[in-house]
Amino acid sequence: MKQYERPRSIPIAEANRDGFFPSGLEYNPPARGTWNIVHTGMLLPEAHQIYACAQGCLRGVVLTAAEMNAMERMSWIALTEADMTAGQLEESVIDGVNAIIDGLPYRPKVILLFFSCMHLFAGCDVPHIIAQLSEMHVDMHFTDCYMIPTMRQNMPPAVLTAAALYDALQPLPTNPKAVSILGNDRPTDENAELVRMLRENGYVLRDITLCRTFDEYLQMAEAALNLTYLPVAKMAGEQLQKRLGIPWLHLPVCFHYDEIAECYRLLCETLQIPLPDFSADIADAEHALETAATMLDGMHVAIDFTAVSRPFELAELLYDHGMNVRYVIADAAGEDGAFFDRLQLKCPEIRVYQAVNVNMLQMHAEPHEPVLCIGQKAAHYFASDHFVNIVANGGYYGYAGVKAMAELIMDAFTHPKDRKTVLRHKGIGCESCLM
Amino acid sequence: MKNFATILPCYAADTAGVCSALYELGGMTVVHDASGCNSTYATHDEPRWVEQPANIYISALTEMDAIMGNDEKLLADITAAAADRQPAFLALCGSPMPMMIGTDFDALARELETRTGLRCFGLHTNGMHSYLAGASEAMLAIAAAYVKPCEKVAGIGVNILGATPLDFGLNGMMEHVREWLETNGFTPVSCFAMGNALAQLEMAAAAHVNLVVSCAGLAAADYLQRTYGMPYVCGVPVGAMFSERLAVALRIAADTGKTTHPCTFRSDAAPRGMVIGEGIYGGSVAAALTAMGIPTTLLCPLDAAPELLGGGDIAAEPEAELRMILAQRQPEFVVADPLYRYILPANTKLIPQPHYAFSGRCFDKAIPDWTGERLDADMRGNGL
Repeated sequence: MKQYERPRSIPIAEANRDGFFPSGLEYNPPARGTWNIVHTGMLLPEAHQIYACAQGCLRGVVLTAAEMNAMERMSWIALTEADMTAGQLEESVIDGVNAIIDGLPYRPKVILLFFSCMHLFAGCDVPHIIAQLSEMHVDMHFTDCYMIPTMRQNMPPAVLTAAALYDALQPLPTNPKAVSILGNDRPTDENAELVRMLRENGYVLRDITLCRTFDEYLQMAEAALNLTYLPVAKMAGEQLQKRLGIPWLHLPVCFHYDEIAECYRLLCETLQIPLPDFSADIADAEHALETAATMLDGMHVAIDFTAVSRPFELAELLYDHGMNVRYVIADAAGEDGAFFDRLQLKCPEIRVYQAVNVNMLQMHAEPHEPVLCIGQKAAHYFASDHFVNIVANGGYYGYAGVKAMAELIMDAFTHPKDRKTVLRHKGIGCESCLM
Repeated sequence: MKNFATILPCYAADTAGVCSALYELGGMTVVHDASGCNSTYATHDEPRWVEQPANIYISALTEMDAIMGNDEKLLADITAAAADRQPAFLALCGSPMPMMIGTDFDALARELETRTGLRCFGLHTNGMHSYLAGASEAMLAIAAAYVKPCEKVAGIGVNILGATPLDFGLNGMMEHVREWLETNGFTPVSCFAMGNALAQLEMAAAAHVNLVVSCAGLAAADYLQRTYGMPYVCGVPVGAMFSERLAVALRIAADTGKTTHPCTFRSDAAPRGMVIGEGIYGGSVAAALTAMGIPTTLLCPLDAAPELLGGGDIAAEPEAELRMILAQRQPEFVVADPLYRYILPANTKLIPQPHYAFSGRCFDKAIPDWTGERLDADMRGNGL
């Protein structure tokens, strides 16, 4: 293997848990299934997105909307050099938003107003803008949102946008039998024990991905408990707990049975509902994993961080069930740091790849052994048509989620996909004019 | 008028123009911008990204590096990547944040040349201008750095200047332009910058005349005229009759040394239609229709020099202004990207001409190749 100044992969045994690779120039692989802030913003019914940014920054978000056939829900204001130097940054945004609202054929319930790195860097008075616009348009709710990738390490735009989606919720009397799940980009799998338990105990389960109208969305504020399970959603739970006083539990998507059990124990304790016996669910998951391992028969497996939020925990689960996990694409261990530590000792031969490394440019064109891939980036880099096509855990959760993952692996093994066509589609699950 | 839009997209930015112009030349282009911002170019502005990977990277700028002026990280990262990727040259260009902090790209380029031994171009984009500005600066930089005096080719040698997929897609149109040159007795020498390697561009001075097919090629054309006395002709060979005019214009330019702009050919008759598009390509389509007896003008929402506007043409950028002009003129038809459909008057017929720099991948399979008679056939199919 060629020796690079900036190696694209290292053995897991040599990886530092907090950051596997030094930061450097970045390559962008053509795997478009992950969601961006535009996709997320579109989840809010009857909302209109307005981006105030430089042309180069606007281009990606505007064409995301265009590909979703959703241009009627997106507008923009181009930021110019003159805006930055004339001392009228706030007025420029206010005037632009007013002109856009005047030109819309409808009155949106919510305006998601996105500011850029430039606004924050220039000290733009965002609260003033929001206050002014709110005063001018009393029938609309204005939410400040941020497309600020230069500040991604402290204020990731995906996290901020997931939280901003709930800014328009207003206090409602608590419904003791209502629970909301926050921060998802797709509904939770109906087979998940989490959903089953809530329904069997008479709870109304709400999720922004299921809301068809703004009024339905507003009902989320009556929840007796908010749940999150994706890392990106935690800020949304925290903020609603603080602003509306709705209790919040973060029950991360896990693959290890003890971790899943602990999540369910916490949920039952909080809601004061009986903890079910999950032995049949666990047996189903085990059976599916064993069947998948038999089917793969030693085939190499690669996992990338866009498919699941805990790639190292999934790697250990699959490894422990006889699957030949060889590659993980990730920059650092997140919530699954303990599993990463165990894998370092348990299977030090696993190689960890940096998704954006410049030396990944031609990796897909190199000869590869057959690899079963979990995630689009892995599918691209290992040039595999046998891949599990999910992002952000795909809505799967709990023991049923483990079983579903095993079934997705078997399906990927059995049914190859048209990789280039699938990877071209931006935002898995979203409408696309390309399809 | 403030540039905002309620429903139209915006055009690809100057950084995309730089990347697109340099894409096939074997260099390494670095956009000094935040992580993730390269996704816009790779997804929406670059149709070659999957099948023809190139060394186009982002610097992954962070707020802290910007505040602290940590140019050393950028220099070290580029130097390391250059050692790994072994490019023919380096190009570095900027986005809004480097503009804010006054990043000196010329100084960084000089420092990188010292560290890597490679030629390095510092390009002055800031993400606030159209792709034409970036592509133009990049093509000029290549011409100035690499084109050397050389013996002229036999016959009439022609360079094509200003070709990128942002204007012409990947539908074989540039190959057909080359074929058209050959069919008309010209000798294609080089194409800035599709389908040719750097070595072919170095030979550009062997040509007698330049065919400028978009405004991205104008700065390089001016440079080659100043430096090598090569005249240029602005136009794209679309439509049978206009293509003939263009061929004649090329011969006259080669003979007289005078630059001309056939893409501005218009009629005194009342215009029936409008083309919304890039100055030279869109202007050529308008000229081709006019030559067919269908008086047509250009509505140019991009940078277009006054000499590229023909009689009745108008330059306008903000959506509100475009709406106003279309409402006033009430054209019978408009040739434009399909996403302009949102602002057309009710009785105006849209003849779709998907433009990659505008709608990206949305209609990429429908980008027309209107070289020569193909335009006539398509227009007849559209009832003109």
